[in-house]
Amino acid sequence: MNAPPAARLAAPTAHPGPGTRAPARPRRSRRPRPNLLAGAGALGWLVVVGVPVYALLIATFQRSEDYTARGPLTPPSDPTLRNYVAAVENGLLTFVLNTLLVTAGVVALVVVLAVTTGYAVVRSRARWASGTFLVFLLGLAIPSQAVIVPVYLVIVELGLYDSLTAIVLPTAAFALPVCVLILTGTLRDISTDLYEAMALDGAGPVRTFVRLVLPLSRSGLATVAVYAALQAWNGFLFPLILTQSRERRLITLGLFEFQGQYRVDIPGLLAAVVLSAVPILVVYLIARRSLVSGLMGVGGR
Amino acid sequence: MSSAALRTGGAPARGAARRAGPGVGRPGALWVLPGLVFFCLFAVLPLGLVAYLSFTSWDGLGTPRFVGGQNWSRLAGDGLMHQAVGLSAGLTAANWAVQTPISLLLGVWAAGRQRNRAVLAAVFFVPLLLSSAAIAIIWKSLLDPNFGPLAQIGPWLGLSDAGVLGGAGSAFLVIVLVTAWQFIPFHMLLYQSGARQIPESLYQAARIDGAGTLRSFRHITLPQLRHTVTMSSVLMVVGSLTYFETVLILTGGGPGTATTIVPYLMYRSGFVGWEMGYSAAIAATLVIAATAVSLVMVRLTGFGAMRSTREGM
Repeated sequence: MNAPPAARLAAPTAHPGPGTRAPARPRRSRRPRPNLLAGAGALGWLVVVGVPVYALLIATFQRSEDYTARGPLTPPSDPTLRNYVAAVENGLLTFVLNTLLVTAGVVALVVVLAVTTGYAVVRSRARWASGTFLVFLLGLAIPSQAVIVPVYLVIVELGLYDSLTAIVLPTAAFALPVCVLILTGTLRDISTDLYEAMALDGAGPVRTFVRLVLPLSRSGLATVAVYAALQAWNGFLFPLILTQSRERRLITLGLFEFQGQYRVDIPGLLAAVVLSAVPILVVYLIARRSLVSGLMGVGGR
Repeated sequence: MSSAALRTGGAPARGAARRAGPGVGRPGALWVLPGLVFFCLFAVLPLGLVAYLSFTSWDGLGTPRFVGGQNWSRLAGDGLMHQAVGLSAGLTAANWAVQTPISLLLGVWAAGRQRNRAVLAAVFFVPLLLSSAAIAIIWKSLLDPNFGPLAQIGPWLGLSDAGVLGGAGSAFLVIVLVTAWQFIPFHMLLYQSGARQIPESLYQAARIDGAGTLRSFRHITLPQLRHTVTMSSVLMVVGSLTYFETVLILTGGGPGTATTIVPYLMYRSGFVGWEMGYSAAIAATLVIAATAVSLVMVRLTGFGAMRSTREGM
């Protein structure tokens, strides 16, 4: 039983660890003949998703005069990139940089805390290890929106108001329950024999953790990292209530602010919206599986 | 790996393991401490503080001052809160009624392994990649009464100049539809993975018995998706009770107070009106409602039974 090949790092879940998932069912159509009704419904939904996305994209390549005059559904006659340039010149890059810092912080914090907690929950004999699992299980039910007032109090008391750290801490905390649940699931799939073999080799918990747990939970770690990154990148509420100055602004809040400024320049605003989604789109293209399981969070299990 | 270890250093290591007892190589309770402390500080403690702050008066500066049940009695008599509770209940019901059937059908459809389905499903996920802020801003731009597509087709539909966000009923409807656009892909994913876990043999047996697509759907797919429906519904209900980003950006609770749902009222009391104590009382109401729903969820989906039976073998 070897560690999964390191070949496709971009899509770690393509090679699940030993015994993580049943082999995919043979590719065979579930129903004997094409289901026309369902196909029509799906095409209908394609229109519902596609038309706004199309309107969004073509709007960003129009001059705002043209957009106003010709309406949002006509493709531009002379496409321009000037909306994107304007968005960047209006400080979008600062917002992106801030968001990247926050995202990196959240991912690092969540991955480290979730995997150590998950390891202890699965392997520890200590009583409060299982109690911890229960805390995170119930913690899933705490809606972040409902605790913004006390989170604000805690951050102010810690003297962190209007700093990027102020956003990282609660964002990471609220991503943690889902991530702990995902990782305990992954870690339980590691065969007990492997743990026993490590113990027979005389390995302590630290060595077992580094040599066995980390390598074999790579798919779970990828999911957790993607989930945490999405929470941080798309988070709106914590930046809104915990920061104030323009230098600390994150991308979502920056868009909100642009919306006030650009009231009439809709193409300029939408170009900023598109730019804000580019990093996630890139992740979607290179690591779709991790992203999809990350998007589902614990719902996928 | 395991067999090699046994062959080389088997006998002495085994002895060492026995001497050290069964806990050897197992992490101690210290391993959970960082995660637990961190989570408690920024999530569990705030939950407790909601309850405490709801009995205080605090303007966001200085220290909260204890005022007893003042906020609560004010909350009970607040007409705006009564309206907000009604709106939130209506929104929750409408979200459920719109999103559940569509995501169920789309999810079951996307569970098929055909190539065209996989490609379309990948497109359907696009709204999931966008932040709530981005989605709300896109729709606000598209619904703009002066510059959006509705400026052209609006008059045909008999809409006033104020646009769809200018009327109380239509603004509420827009919130429901934009929320659906945003969250249906997520629930579709849930149903897709649920439907993929239904054993193929059930469908084969039904086919032999002469059941068509519709009957298979009604008598196999739907009952087999029971747990997924519960889970998705509960996530939807808790989400509808507490989520307010769309309202904040799209309507600002308006026109007037026509879309001021409970969580938005909480945000506005706290971070616009700086009545943090009153805001906390509204938040506590939300927590109680959401917890009640979540407890039902833990019961119905058997989440507590998620502990593996393999542990300890």
